[in-house]
Amino acid sequence: MIKGVILMNDKGKPRLVKFYDYHPAEKQQELIRRLYAVLSSRAENVSNFVKVDSLFGSDARLVYKTYATLHILFIFDSSENELAMLDLMQVFVETMDKCFSNVRELDIVFNFNKVHAILDEIILGGQVLETSSSEVVKAVEEISKMERAANSIMAVPSITGWQSR
Amino acid sequence: MNPFSSGTRLRDMIRAIRACKTAAEERGVVRKECAAIRAAISENDQDYRHRNLAKLMFIHMLGYPTHFGQMECLKLIASPGFPEKRIGYLGLMLLLDERQEVLMLVTNSIKQDLNHTNQYIVGLALCALGNIGSAEMARDLAPEVERLLKFRDPNVRKKAALCSIRIIKKVPDLAENFINPAAALLSEKHHGVLITGVQLCIDLCKVSTEALEYFRKKCTDGLVKLTRDLANSPYAPEYDVSGITDPFLQIRLLRLLRALGQDDADASDAMNDILAQVATKTESNKNAGNAILYECVAAIMSVEDNGGLRVLAINILGRFLSNRDNNIRYVALNMLMKALAVDSQAVQRHQTTILECVKDSDPSIRKRAVELVYLLVNESNVKPMTKELIEYLEASDPEFRGDLTAKICSIVEKFSPEKIWYIDQMLKVLSEAGTDVKDEVWHSLIVVMTNASNLHGYAVRSLYRAVQATGEQETLVRVAVWCIGEYGDMLVNDAGRLDIEEPLTVTESDAVDVVETSFKSHSFDLTTRAMCLIALLKLSSRFPSCSQRINDIIVQHKGSFVLELQQRAIEFNSIIDRHQNIRPSLVERMPILDEATHSGRKGGAVPAAVSTSQGVSVNLPNGVAKPSAAPLVDLLDLSSDDVPAPSSSGGDFLQDLLGVDLAPVSSQSGTNQAQKSGTDVLLDLLSIGTPPANSIPSTTQASPSNFDTKSPVDLLDRMSSPSAPSVQVSTTAGSSPMLDLLNGFPSSPPIAVTEGNGPAYPSMVAFESSSLKLTFNFSKQPGNPQTTLIEASFTNKSQEVLTNFIFQAAVPKFLQLHLDPASGNMLPANSNGSITQKLKLTNSQHGKKSLVMRIRIAYKVNDKDVLEQGQVNNFPRDL
Repeated sequence: MIKGVILMNDKGKPRLVKFYDYHPAEKQQELIRRLYAVLSSRAENVSNFVKVDSLFGSDARLVYKTYATLHILFIFDSSENELAMLDLMQVFVETMDKCFSNVRELDIVFNFNKVHAILDEIILGGQVLETSSSEVVKAVEEISKMERAANSIMAVPSITGWQSR
Repeated sequence: MNPFSSGTRLRDMIRAIRACKTAAEERGVVRKECAAIRAAISENDQDYRHRNLAKLMFIHMLGYPTHFGQMECLKLIASPGFPEKRIGYLGLMLLLDERQEVLMLVTNSIKQDLNHTNQYIVGLALCALGNIGSAEMARDLAPEVERLLKFRDPNVRKKAALCSIRIIKKVPDLAENFINPAAALLSEKHHGVLITGVQLCIDLCKVSTEALEYFRKKCTDGLVKLTRDLANSPYAPEYDVSGITDPFLQIRLLRLLRALGQDDADASDAMNDILAQVATKTESNKNAGNAILYECVAAIMSVEDNGGLRVLAINILGRFLSNRDNNIRYVALNMLMKALAVDSQAVQRHQTTILECVKDSDPSIRKRAVELVYLLVNESNVKPMTKELIEYLEASDPEFRGDLTAKICSIVEKFSPEKIWYIDQMLKVLSEAGTDVKDEVWHSLIVVMTNASNLHGYAVRSLYRAVQATGEQETLVRVAVWCIGEYGDMLVNDAGRLDIEEPLTVTESDAVDVVETSFKSHSFDLTTRAMCLIALLKLSSRFPSCSQRINDIIVQHKGSFVLELQQRAIEFNSIIDRHQNIRPSLVERMPILDEATHSGRKGGAVPAAVSTSQGVSVNLPNGVAKPSAAPLVDLLDLSSDDVPAPSSSGGDFLQDLLGVDLAPVSSQSGTNQAQKSGTDVLLDLLSIGTPPANSIPSTTQASPSNFDTKSPVDLLDRMSSPSAPSVQVSTTAGSSPMLDLLNGFPSSPPIAVTEGNGPAYPSMVAFESSSLKLTFNFSKQPGNPQTTLIEASFTNKSQEVLTNFIFQAAVPKFLQLHLDPASGNMLPANSNGSITQKLKLTNSQHGKKSLVMRIRIAYKVNDKDVLEQGQVNNFPRDL
């Protein structure tokens, strides 16, 4: 299963943190710090896979990709196909791209709960839920429609204003 | 409206936090926000509840405590609106700290939402349950989830399928309820439902053998057909990833097939064709296609044996290795490592490609490749493989060398067909990467060399050449120096030359040059330099013509600031200068080192304490003087059975040289009884500079025979006496046990029990040396049995007057000592007068322990400082 999805910037600031195993808040911060240490010590032009058994227990692997200032990390165990994880990451990024039209780090910072909504349509409980980005976009659009229809107080962060900063 | 929470919007808070320049500033902003949110919570503010919770999620992501917001999640979840519920569930998944009471409270809300008419709200509830559901929740909500597997909307069905996985993982007993609904999902048309359904089946197989059997029987054929349809299906834009139809689903299907085929011949048979088809037909120029191939290979490796398929699979991995994508090479190496256990023959065929990967530009791939190569090597391919690896060692970058060197050494050691090849390869490794080599490696090289008696000459000459070529690699130098010390004569006279060798002319002085250069090099550590010193001593005997030159080198180091070197220089200088007669036997060749003992030691087994010469009745533990000297002692570790000792005293002498920790024991037969009760007393006394563990056996087993005046200890004592004062100065702080041997050994006084008539206790000679005699007279204060009054009287037996006479005494903790001033500080010669000094000793363990004392006497003879030390433990009992 997938153990966690983390987005962080190139300075190690977490931008989105989702663990599918329970970790106390302090442990989460510690893991983020150590993952950042792993990433920042990686050379360029090397494979995207890192063994992280020391952080997440036996068989844990990390696949990461860097998009401009943003690192995307998937942590998973041996029951997942490493190469497929790379493709899944691509699906996630494509979906964000569609939703924010050319996603940037700032979109994620200010709309982190919307990114959570996207992620929850792709991965549930550490398992792959949907791999078609158009299906995910459709689902997320339904949700934003629902939020508009609910006509709640507009000062509230709703999923409507995707582009807002 | 609440005055606290009306302040900032989420966006403003994020902006404020981002504007912070320091961590302290950030903490300040967060503290203010948290205070406002807490206030809002206690006011039960409804309007801004979900905005506050959204803020809390952001704050939580930054690592600040947010536990106070947990109950807010429950309130939001219970509220009717969709946006509130969405934020509530999101908060629940992120902020929850597994407190059961919170989960219990939320169970009912989730149950209601699972039955909600709005399918999106159902979806939210399923998502939360699938992410954080506990075992209790799983039991309570399983019926709802099971029902939702048949929900009309596919988006709900797929979420329900993954939610079921959480449920059966938490409560495996519930698995059987899900077998039939899961099988039904396999006939779905909707891609998302199918992929989650297949995943549910995979997890059911893991937790329940019943499910595994069921799917094997009922679903194998269906799954095979599904996979085939998918592999053959035309272009489907929706689920297409770079030209491959729905790779995710294909991968999931292969994974389920693998679970079904494992350990089941029938199921494996049924899927052989489709596995072969996927393995041959899948496009391999894109990551998606390779992911499928990779999964297919994993499936082929796991299902029941089909030779042809496995070769096909391993060939796919072989192709992966030459792929340009690092990731693909990386996974291929991982998989090959697993495949090696299944079919090593097929893997061996890709040897060349694997060796290429050792040179990969990506360090993580190189590391994997070296591990794989290590597993691939066997007796038949060790030579070419090692050649490749050593060649690569030259080009490898520094971080990688340690790993690579360790593996090469281990391969060479394990599979070397002959010793000469072993020696050759190790020399290459040492010359190339000697600094990265671990101690065991060069230790065992030496062991192998000593065992190959026909190669001694060859080895020493090769080492000589290697050091001439590259004298910088420390371990190479160590081995070379050791060998030159041992086999220097063979280097010079070209003895035992093999046909393959070029003739080599080395003069005696050339050989000494090598050792001297290494000795004087500042880049080498103590071990190397100490080894050089020993080699020089050995050469001084092997090459009489260089003896004087060597002695000069050694003498230069008598003043070395490094204790180890200083001490050895002094000892060796004495040997060369004054003990020519024993030198040849001292520096004889090392006995052949036992390979079994050595490899046992390497494996971490502690060898049994090496016993000392049988001729001596004492069993001295072969202690190691200092950790830094350990490798040396290891090498020189003579078990004296093999030592060609000229005499028993010579044997002892050797051991002294080798750092045998001879505890200063001054036991006399007369005090044996005292010792039995006072071993720990002695330990107290000896605790300075003497590892206590070592002194126990030696004290209890000591017999007087060792300490007659002709004992080797005294020999050394006298030998080094001219330089003793300087040694003393430099080592008082961390005095090594060796020093006790060099100067501080008390000569044992004869047991002289003087029959006195006055006092209740006879007076005794507490200490006697060639120039001094110390007598104790005892008396007791009436009514105070613990206290003993001692009158010490010193007489000078020598011909010279002793001046500046100072007597000092030390006692263990259970005694209290009071020293009165002495009657004078000058002792006339020829026992012509005496100094007396009164001591008061209080024994807090009176009746249990006897008195014991360590003494130190300093004086001047002819303006020269003399120091005598000793230990008095022949006090009468019951004092």
